[in-house]
Amino acid sequence: MDAIPRATAPDADADDRNAAGLRRDAWRERLALFGLCSPALLLVLLVLVIPAGWLFVVSFVGADGGFSLENYERMIEHKSYARIFRTTFEVSAITTIVCVVIGYPLAYFLAGLPDRWAAICLITVLLPFWTSLLVRTYAWLVLLQKQGLVNQWGTALGLWAEPLKLVHNTGGTLIGMVHIMLPFLVLPVYSAMRAIDRDLTRAAAGLGAGPVRRFATVFLPLSLPGLFAGGLIVFVLCLGFYVTPAVLGGGRVMLVSMKIASNIELFVNWGAASALGVVLLVLTFAILWLAARVVRFESLAGGGHA
Amino acid sequence: MRRWLASPASETQITHGERLWLYALAGLVMVFLVAPTLIVVPMSFSDSQYLEFPPAVWSTRWYDHYFSSPEWMAATRTSLLAALLTTLVATPLGVMAAYGLHVSRFRLGRLIFVALITPMMVPLILVAIGAFYVYVRLGFLYTMTGLVLAHSVLALPLVLIVTAAGLRSYDMNQEMAARSLGASRARAFLTVTLPQIRFSVITAALLAFLTSFDEVVVAMFISGGENATLTRTMFNALRDQIDPTIASISTIMIAISSSLIVLAQLFGKDRR
Repeated sequence: MDAIPRATAPDADADDRNAAGLRRDAWRERLALFGLCSPALLLVLLVLVIPAGWLFVVSFVGADGGFSLENYERMIEHKSYARIFRTTFEVSAITTIVCVVIGYPLAYFLAGLPDRWAAICLITVLLPFWTSLLVRTYAWLVLLQKQGLVNQWGTALGLWAEPLKLVHNTGGTLIGMVHIMLPFLVLPVYSAMRAIDRDLTRAAAGLGAGPVRRFATVFLPLSLPGLFAGGLIVFVLCLGFYVTPAVLGGGRVMLVSMKIASNIELFVNWGAASALGVVLLVLTFAILWLAARVVRFESLAGGGHA
Repeated sequence: MRRWLASPASETQITHGERLWLYALAGLVMVFLVAPTLIVVPMSFSDSQYLEFPPAVWSTRWYDHYFSSPEWMAATRTSLLAALLTTLVATPLGVMAAYGLHVSRFRLGRLIFVALITPMMVPLILVAIGAFYVYVRLGFLYTMTGLVLAHSVLALPLVLIVTAAGLRSYDMNQEMAARSLGASRARAFLTVTLPQIRFSVITAALLAFLTSFDEVVVAMFISGGENATLTRTMFNALRDQIDPTIASISTIMIAISSSLIVLAQLFGKDRR
């Protein structure tokens, strides 16, 4: 009777040793695999995290070289800073809204096309997506200037009498920003729409829903996550946008990013620039963090350059 | 035509005629997306000092000016070299990280993934001034090394995302089979896995190249002197006046990015 436990006891020991060995091996291997990430992590640490930390520290250093909150206090006291933040939010919000209004129908149109036509029409979204931001900004500068094509055609067609001032102002900045940002909205919305099962709208039609009701109660809700992700990407990219507003705004549209740059280029005021940078970064991450609680994080990582 | 208008556009019996407004709107938006960029192409072949469309006299004057300018040529060389080196740094690092995260299934993996794609979420201007601040102290300012390191950080998220997507659609059991037959992990990866995810890796490399080549803000702060990039030189020229030479450079850049899209699309087709 008691032969059985005596016989199994050494075996159980061996099993334990084996299991421990396997666990150790598995652990070691996972560690080695983990090591594969370390060069990439090191690079991010070196070029992004350390400089960001440094700027964070600098933002708390006052003019006398000691610890001070003066860089942040200045932001609250001076009306100009509040105005810059307001302009930044307004410009970003308007750009996002316009992108949604004109980008959603385009994505809807593309998603309804047969595969081959969709692939061809999608080039019109991908081409600007991959074309240099600077080239596209330059194109708008050329088109919108006083003797530019838009003014030439506008006056020739009698739409307006005098050449209008279309660039180096908020209007020009918005046109350029919408143009740059539109693919960032259309692409996620398009892929969300392609994933919608069309049988659902067909079922709604079979049950007697008209076109408007079908769209409003079936299609639109299903496409909302994509629209949300796209709108969020656009808004966040706009908050830190530099190149296009700097060129098309001609210095008259002051955004946070441009204030940061001018604080360094013109005034060499690292404290002020860093404090603005910290605020911009905290705002950006707060928005992303809030959004990540609503939709999956990976769907936000659309990719791109702005 | 009339028959087409009355024919159904979808399974739910909406006719093309009822959808005309959508087609018109989508058409306008597509023109808005493409036309402004493409109109620069004919303008760059104008003989005039002012950018005209259509050009009254055609010429390659501005291309000659670009190719014979030592400043523009040096900037182009810097940009091409930086983009090439960035591709060579960011692609292996990104692929390694994507593979490590994919296979190890560490609970920390998600956190590391997010950490590695943060460069995409941080406003570029902050990356730029941060790098500038540190580079001044390290003596990296205006060097190729500094530029390539910064651009690699920006390209890393794209490489990681594209490669991770490629790995997700790949059957890892094939690598297991290779290893059970005696291949080391490295050999199994290089001879079995890598060839099958090569299209993702090539796409990732193309993206890394374009990221560096098109990047403006970071280059504006940390590239300069004899290592000034093409985009930096262009940006500075844009702020002063509308130089038609930039139209010719823009045309060349549009040609480069279009051919890269075609390449990426071709590789994308093969994958399916």
